[in-house]
Amino acid sequence: MLLKAGAEAPTQLTEALLAAHRPVLFRYALLQLRDNELADDAVQETLLAAWQAASNFEGKAGLRTWLIGILKHKIADHWRHSAREVVSLEVDFTDNDEDDFFMNNGHWNGGPNTWNDPEAALKQQEFWGIYETCQNNLPPRMAQVFMLRELVGLEANEVCRETGLSDANYWVLMHRARLRLRECLEIRWFNQSKAKKGKHHA
Amino acid sequence: MRSCREITALVSQGLDKKLSLGEHLAISLHVLLCSRCRNFQSQTQFIRKAAQRYTEHMQNRSSKKP
Repeated sequence: MLLKAGAEAPTQLTEALLAAHRPVLFRYALLQLRDNELADDAVQETLLAAWQAASNFEGKAGLRTWLIGILKHKIADHWRHSAREVVSLEVDFTDNDEDDFFMNNGHWNGGPNTWNDPEAALKQQEFWGIYETCQNNLPPRMAQVFMLRELVGLEANEVCRETGLSDANYWVLMHRARLRLRECLEIRWFNQSKAKKGKHHA
Repeated sequence: MRSCREITALVSQGLDKKLSLGEHLAISLHVLLCSRCRNFQSQTQFIRKAAQRYTEHMQNRSSKKP
């Protein structure tokens, strides 16, 4: 189906090779478009475009990077057509919010308590509402970096390339995201379930 | 001895790249004595797992849309 009459790809770029990247591309698209069908379409178009332009692929940047580049254009097209504004995501690195988590001497300020049976939480519907709230509470840029890494499954260096972050800023953002998520889950779920069983705030 | 602030930053980095042997050792020694950093370590691993599971949820949910 991907094969169009006359389209000839170099031997090193096979359909199977392209298809191997489909899951990551799909998650990436789903994250942005929030709709299975739209995401699927965008990925389909991306793979088709990649196949047709296979001779342009120089292999320098890596296949996945190249494919994501195409996918981003497809997603941008979608936004352009549906006239939704794309928000630019800025982050202020001078704002050191790790200070909320640690004291001046580097020790925890409060800090992680032991969680009671986290595995069980994964099986509870209510937990996912809390998880989503906590994830949505991250500042936009931090959420983007966290999601590209943990939900889409890109490697750290790929996330940096996607977002234009330096290595150092990536580490800072990821670390803050984890500190925040951890604390949010502890406050909203794990401490709650200790205090009163079965009752949780959304 | 490295502080909790430094150790947790290393723990976080360890989830995204390979740490040096020295860094591994520093973490292991620290969490042996510090329950909070030990909790942080296991909880960040849990968060990774939850994020992956959440992605599956998200895919299921959006496929159920009319």
